[in-house]
Amino acid sequence: MPHPETWLKSTPSGLFCEPGGFHVDPLRAVERAVITHGHSDHARPGHRSVLATRETLAIMRTRMGEAAAGANQQSLGFGEVLRIGEVDVWLQPAGHVLGSAQVAMEWRGSRIVVSGDYKRARDPTTPGFVPIACDVFVTEATFALPVFRHPKAEAEIGRLLDSVALFPERTHVVGCYSLGKCQRLIMLLREAGWDRPIYLHGAHQALCQTYEELGVKLGALRPATVAGKADLAGAIVLAPPSAIADRWARRLAEPVVCAASGWMRVRQRAKQGGVELPLVISDHADWDELNATLDEVAAPEVWVTHGAEEALIHAAGLRGIRGRALRLLGYGDEDAEA
Amino acid sequence: MIAFAALLERLVFTPGRNTKRALLRRYFATQPDPDRGFGLAAVTGELTFKSAKPALIRELAAARTDPDLFALSYDFVGDLAETVALMWPSMATNRAPPDMAEVIETLNAADKAELPGIVAGWLDASDPSVRFALLKLITGGLRVGVSARLAKVALAEMSGGRVTADDVEEVWHGLAPPYASLFAWLEDRAPRPDPADAPVFRPPMLAHPLEHADFAALDPAALRAEWKWDGIRVQLVATGGGQRLYSRGSEDISGGFPEIIRAMDFHAVLDGELLVVRDGQVAPFADLQQRLNRKSVGAKLMQQHPVAVRLYDILFDGAEDLRTLPFDARRARLEAWYARQRPARMDLSDMIRFETLEDLAALRDGARAASIEGLMLKRGDAPYLPGRPRGLWWKWKRDPLSIDAVLMYAQRGHGKRSSFYSDYTFGLWRSGADGRDELVPIGKAYSGFTDEELTLLDRWIRNNTVARFGPVREVEKAFVLEVAFDAAQRSPRHKSGVALRFPRIARLRQDKPAAEADRLETLMRVVEGQAAPRTCRGAGRTDSPS
Ligand SMILES: [Zn+2]
Ligand SMILES: [Zn+2]
Repeated sequence: MPHPETWLKSTPSGLFCEPGGFHVDPLRAVERAVITHGHSDHARPGHRSVLATRETLAIMRTRMGEAAAGANQQSLGFGEVLRIGEVDVWLQPAGHVLGSAQVAMEWRGSRIVVSGDYKRARDPTTPGFVPIACDVFVTEATFALPVFRHPKAEAEIGRLLDSVALFPERTHVVGCYSLGKCQRLIMLLREAGWDRPIYLHGAHQALCQTYEELGVKLGALRPATVAGKADLAGAIVLAPPSAIADRWARRLAEPVVCAASGWMRVRQRAKQGGVELPLVISDHADWDELNATLDEVAAPEVWVTHGAEEALIHAAGLRGIRGRALRLLGYGDEDAEA
Repeated sequence: MIAFAALLERLVFTPGRNTKRALLRRYFATQPDPDRGFGLAAVTGELTFKSAKPALIRELAAARTDPDLFALSYDFVGDLAETVALMWPSMATNRAPPDMAEVIETLNAADKAELPGIVAGWLDASDPSVRFALLKLITGGLRVGVSARLAKVALAEMSGGRVTADDVEEVWHGLAPPYASLFAWLEDRAPRPDPADAPVFRPPMLAHPLEHADFAALDPAALRAEWKWDGIRVQLVATGGGQRLYSRGSEDISGGFPEIIRAMDFHAVLDGELLVVRDGQVAPFADLQQRLNRKSVGAKLMQQHPVAVRLYDILFDGAEDLRTLPFDARRARLEAWYARQRPARMDLSDMIRFETLEDLAALRDGARAASIEGLMLKRGDAPYLPGRPRGLWWKWKRDPLSIDAVLMYAQRGHGKRSSFYSDYTFGLWRSGADGRDELVPIGKAYSGFTDEELTLLDRWIRNNTVARFGPVREVEKAFVLEVAFDAAQRSPRHKSGVALRFPRIARLRQDKPAAEADRLETLMRVVEGQAAPRTCRGAGRTDSPS
């Protein structure tokens, strides 16, 4: 059985599968790309052929336009095996955002899984992570420190609604990333019984529309830009993290500035951003999830793409798992996505 | 502790006073006794534990966590208690998190050797937010960002308006955690707690700034005038139950001024100004500042910065409440009391003789000593009323000084102003080491401007940023601000060697080139008292927050 290092190589363009002739989440435009999910650090424009889930392709078209999303776009359903060159390729849910997939590759009996970004917590907008036994597991490490143990997202939504009830005359503006976090928050709010219209910053509208078209029903959404101050009193507004404490937020009624991100776990981070109500809601695996996943996939070797690799490799080493830091520059650029 | 931890999570991130008040009110109204009482004590800083130290947190971390992972985590988080609260590996337990009463009673009774085991058990039973509150509480590192006054306002609101914050102040210092009798009173289940002989604080009577509109309506014959000294207002309370020195904000500052406490061998409640006095001369405020915010004080500091109290009112003579008497009658009682007692380290505030308002205006303008802020005007027929009643007492400050400075840095404000650059650092010119002129920062201002001026400054700052350091923007050195201030004092801690008291923006001087802004030497002459105060153009728009 060939060692995985001999056929999946870390190059300046990202991970390259030699016997298949394709890159996974390439960092620059390439001939043939397999894309795990639509976040801009993983799905970049300008590849000639793109293979991804139907949902990820739709998201890419919304974000970068039809042309930049790949001259040839091919969709692959979860569990369908496709032979590319000499390699069998299939996708399984990663539980990160709608359409997010792990890429499983098998060549001459050797199996590698590139998980992209993933989480293990429940998310009503996307199917849950499916562990795949493998020889090498390629993982992210965004929150790979034992201080990151995300609380239940439902409980954090409870804190938001509690604050809305206590300050009904104020606008709660929640800073959140436009792909994934925004729609997850909306669905969690709906599950918690919030059936009033939810107001959106302009930057969030297009992807919510795409989610709707892909069958994720988000309920009544309104543009925050045209709403009057009076309408926004007592309302929940979702906006990009960059907008919540800036000029844009002046239209709101005495805003309570909230932010939904795994980084909110650390007080200093929340304080720096001027956040009054930090909500610890993340689309990335926390410390316990990362370690549990390593144990479940039972790979003797783990490659870490980006994040706090030192701690994760140390913890894996204590359990006899060999760790390797790929240090792929270019992933995790968007802090706000966490 | 769950509710207290949740309250703490909100309070530490909330800039708004009204928001804090609403959060506190709900906490007090929904939590049971005695937990809410201990929560109140924690918020107002009345809880201290001798046995638990930060070293305990390190010890616990070492016992339960991998040293490499702990080091990486601590490095990332930057706060010891927070790191341990977040990464604590809980052992399975059926126990509920401890409540406030359990924590306090256990810690007060526990032996030092038992502590690590007890605290570890609590941490196991808690979530990160409770663990954080617990660790900060027991090691004395709790920073809530709530004044004791604000907590009392929230308590008063809880009573539905029956009890005011001043009423709460009156009984506060006679009570102790967990304040069961206070809550019972607020909820109308019991009568007002009787402070009996306890040396409690009495809400003070405060003055309004004198506005132009008030001036015409003043009747000089009904008015009494005194100097307004630049110290801190204090209340001296001496009863059979003890002696206390309180700040205007009801903070017990007795520990910092033992020589005053020792001089209080009488039975009375007095109102006065705490000052540093050397050979009968009142020293500038900066001298007094050396003595403030200390829990205790050494002999050397007491000798170098000797304090005294200039008395101006008497609230109680023995057990007799004098507050309903008019000012003139109280003044007579104060003089008689003083003649009888002759307390050390105290003298009487002079009554200033005058005939007309013009006399007063001349006196006010003639006051040059840095230790005098202006005049106090009081109606001779006014009783002593808590709060800030209209039309009875006025403070008439000297015109502020002003200087033309150049805007150097700006930072975003808090709360409503969080989207605006509203904190300004400004500087004056001086000769640099290379002989060329350079700007040296001399202070920061957050107030004094109108909404329109704020919008203008915000836009200008965004368009003229030359560098960014985190939340701070450095701007083009091109915008002149007229800065008003009450006094300027030497300060070795500042790069410029000078500190301004109550600086605020008086005017935007976009008409003025930056090169024509003032020089540091000009300001230093004010400090030395060589220059007469320059009357601020357009002053009086804002009053300092004294
Ligand atoms: Zn992602
Ligand atoms: Zn990513």
